[in-house]
Amino acid sequence: MAPSGDRILEVRDLVKHFPLTQGIVLKRQIGAIKAVDGVSFDLHRGETLGVVGESGCGKSTLAKLLMALERPTSGEVKINGVDMAKAHGGELKRMRRNIQMVMQDPYTSLNPRMTVGDIVGEPFEIHSEVAPKGDRRRKVQELLEVVGLNPEHINRYPHQFSGGQRQRIGIARGLALQPEIIICDEPVSALDVSIQAQVMNLLERLQNEFNLAYIFIAHDLSVVRHISDRVAVMYLGKIVELGKDDAIYERPSHPYTQALLSAVPVPDPEGRETRERIILQGDPPSPADPPSGCRFRTRCWKAQDVCAEHEPLLEVRTGGHLSACHFAEVHDVIGA
Amino acid sequence: MVTNPSIDTHPLSAEVGQEPLLAVDNLHVEFTTRQGVVRAVNGVSYTVHAGESLAVLGESGSGKSVTAQAIMGILDMPPARIPKGEIRFRGTDMLKLSDQARSQIRGQRIAMVFQDALSALNPVFTVGWQIGEMFRVHRGMSKRDAQKKAIELMERVRIPAARQRVNDYPHQFSGGMRQRIMIAMSIALDPEVLIADEPTTALDVTVQAQIMELLAELQRESNMGLILITHDLGVVADVADKIAVMYAGRIVEGAPVHDVYKNPAHPYSKGLLDSIPRVDQKGQELYAIKGLPPNLLDMPSGCAFHPRCPYRRDNCVTDVPPLYEISGTRGSACHYYREVLDGTLG
Ligand SMILES: Nc1ncnc2c1ncn2[C@@H]1O[C@H](COP(=O)(O)OP(=O)(O)OP(=O)(O)O)[C@@H](O)[C@H]1O
Ligand SMILES: Nc1ncnc2c1ncn2[C@@H]1O[C@H](COP(=O)(O)OP(=O)(O)O)[C@@H](O)[C@H]1O
Ligand code: SF4
Ligand code: SF4
Ligand SMILES: [Mg+2]
Ligand SMILES: [Mg+2]
Repeated sequence: MAPSGDRILEVRDLVKHFPLTQGIVLKRQIGAIKAVDGVSFDLHRGETLGVVGESGCGKSTLAKLLMALERPTSGEVKINGVDMAKAHGGELKRMRRNIQMVMQDPYTSLNPRMTVGDIVGEPFEIHSEVAPKGDRRRKVQELLEVVGLNPEHINRYPHQFSGGQRQRIGIARGLALQPEIIICDEPVSALDVSIQAQVMNLLERLQNEFNLAYIFIAHDLSVVRHISDRVAVMYLGKIVELGKDDAIYERPSHPYTQALLSAVPVPDPEGRETRERIILQGDPPSPADPPSGCRFRTRCWKAQDVCAEHEPLLEVRTGGHLSACHFAEVHDVIGA
Repeated sequence: MVTNPSIDTHPLSAEVGQEPLLAVDNLHVEFTTRQGVVRAVNGVSYTVHAGESLAVLGESGSGKSVTAQAIMGILDMPPARIPKGEIRFRGTDMLKLSDQARSQIRGQRIAMVFQDALSALNPVFTVGWQIGEMFRVHRGMSKRDAQKKAIELMERVRIPAARQRVNDYPHQFSGGMRQRIMIAMSIALDPEVLIADEPTTALDVTVQAQIMELLAELQRESNMGLILITHDLGVVADVADKIAVMYAGRIVEGAPVHDVYKNPAHPYSKGLLDSIPRVDQKGQELYAIKGLPPNLLDMPSGCAFHPRCPYRRDNCVTDVPPLYEISGTRGSACHYYREVLDGTLG
């Protein structure tokens, strides 16, 4: 559900350019990698926004910007109506507490020399107001229990846990500060199929229990569909289509979304000979030198002259949701 | 319905009248480690015929790659050991051949594409040189001819502007292009069997679709037998003729792909299929196989899946299920496969 009045996160024209430099001593900037290039969206309380797109399109950079781990080149991130860039002191600290992250790789994202108790309780070091020192052990054990781990394992080290269990440790840590927003960057991609479903169920249970809002980044489109209320499709630093999950999956209007959906192998061999498949040619262009006009035009089978001249804006088009294509046309590629 | 606990022949090898190109028969592979003996492969049997695609599906650690490495003869022995089993290429057991005779087959008549193309390619040589090496070493070609062949192959795997790019280094190519170059090398000597070990796992879906299409086309052109190792149920459904589901170093179900997806005959394959998020399940809890994959150093008794199996009965804890033959082309290593098929177990 996407309750409308309840915006917890507002992102406006967010841009992150990484400078491309040449020379070792006298660094000259010769360009910029446009990792995120004008992204806007809202996130509502208790809602899940899925973010999909090919490698390098800017998903993780977007996540880091929202976490204030990277400073935006321009643009605005508001949490509960307050601009992050303008907040200071206690207010900024509270804002940062309110948005937490679960990372992709349960094998490298946990410090191998710290016990599970220290890992999950580490956020309390910075935000001691959430859990006074004497209370921390109990709090951590509570968190372990919430994510389905044995609280008695508080003194174990990460290597003593399986991948799925390590992901639970990461989730427990993300929950420690009782945030309202959690950004999940590929939280199940490194896990075995049989374990993915366990972690997905956990994330959904926690969302209901604590009314969390998720930004759920993943490349597995069926996983994204299962968990998301709305989905944003990114290409080369921009959102090209954004809408409710069935709008994106059943009524996609942007050619890139259509190609992406049609490329996903369907776990059902029936009708595989006749299934429509749009095979895109080539690779995405470099984000340092994106094509003029529509960034997708170098791989788009519908491109016209106007696509090179005018950038298509992300606006409500045929299909009733946001799409950034001059020639948006609804086309159900997966036949759902 | 024959149950034959002593012979673990795979029902997939029962197709009559056609000799398989490659037959893995009751293969066992173990590793000696400091913690003990890891039994990575415990009696795997499968076959591939010309023009056929076999998908080997399983979670990480289930023994898919070790089986492939045994076929390719690239296991380090020790620590690896093959205490039992045969790997027959056109009827000849390769494990009994001399090194020289074996090297005529492996890499030439059976070739392999690895998951991680970047680390499989040598960063200090151009891609053209590396593809050309196949022809210089195995076919005794001159540098010039080998280079020409390399360009031809790069064109065959659809690398744009192959002639201009033949002298580029691996890092100058994208992940998908590097995988194409790996494929070019693997098909250079016109192998009869191609083993692709998770060839698209590290790639985006759009690039994955390109690579899978390429593999299918190459297979059609040359009638190769293809062994596709993957953990992706979607990829299997897309390309495979038949499927071998592995768990804890064994094949738990082997069958034509349509049969398994329509009605799995083993609780593990059923669990995997049930845990795929489906559109009509939105907002509901996903089915999840409970528990964790087994520890190969401390394998569960009886059926290795029993600690996670919702259908377990008393004898599952003690009796190792053989691969029961369900039909000429289908087998399941579950004592209760009939009930699983009929949906009467629970
Ligand atoms: N610190 C950095 N300096 C320079 N370029 C960067 C930096 N971080 C990311 N980039 C570039 O920005 C672009 C977007 O990267 P990002 O990590 O956000 O992609 P992604 O969508 O998360 O991809 P993936 O699916 O592979 O995780 C890429 O071209 C990347 O190389
Ligand atoms: N060199 C080795 N030494 C010890 N154990 C190994 C070695 N290579 C593989 N294994 C073990 O064998 C099992 C099967 O591995 P593998 O075939 O690579 O699995 P997968 O099905 O993921 O391809 C795993 O438990 C793995 O840890
Ligand atoms: S704007 Fe033009 S190039 Fe871009 S997606 Fe639409 S048709 Fe294709
Ligand atoms: S043999 Fe028993 S434990 Fe094993 S899969 Fe069948 S029912 Fe489950
Ligand atoms: Mg990323
Ligand atoms: Mg493997």
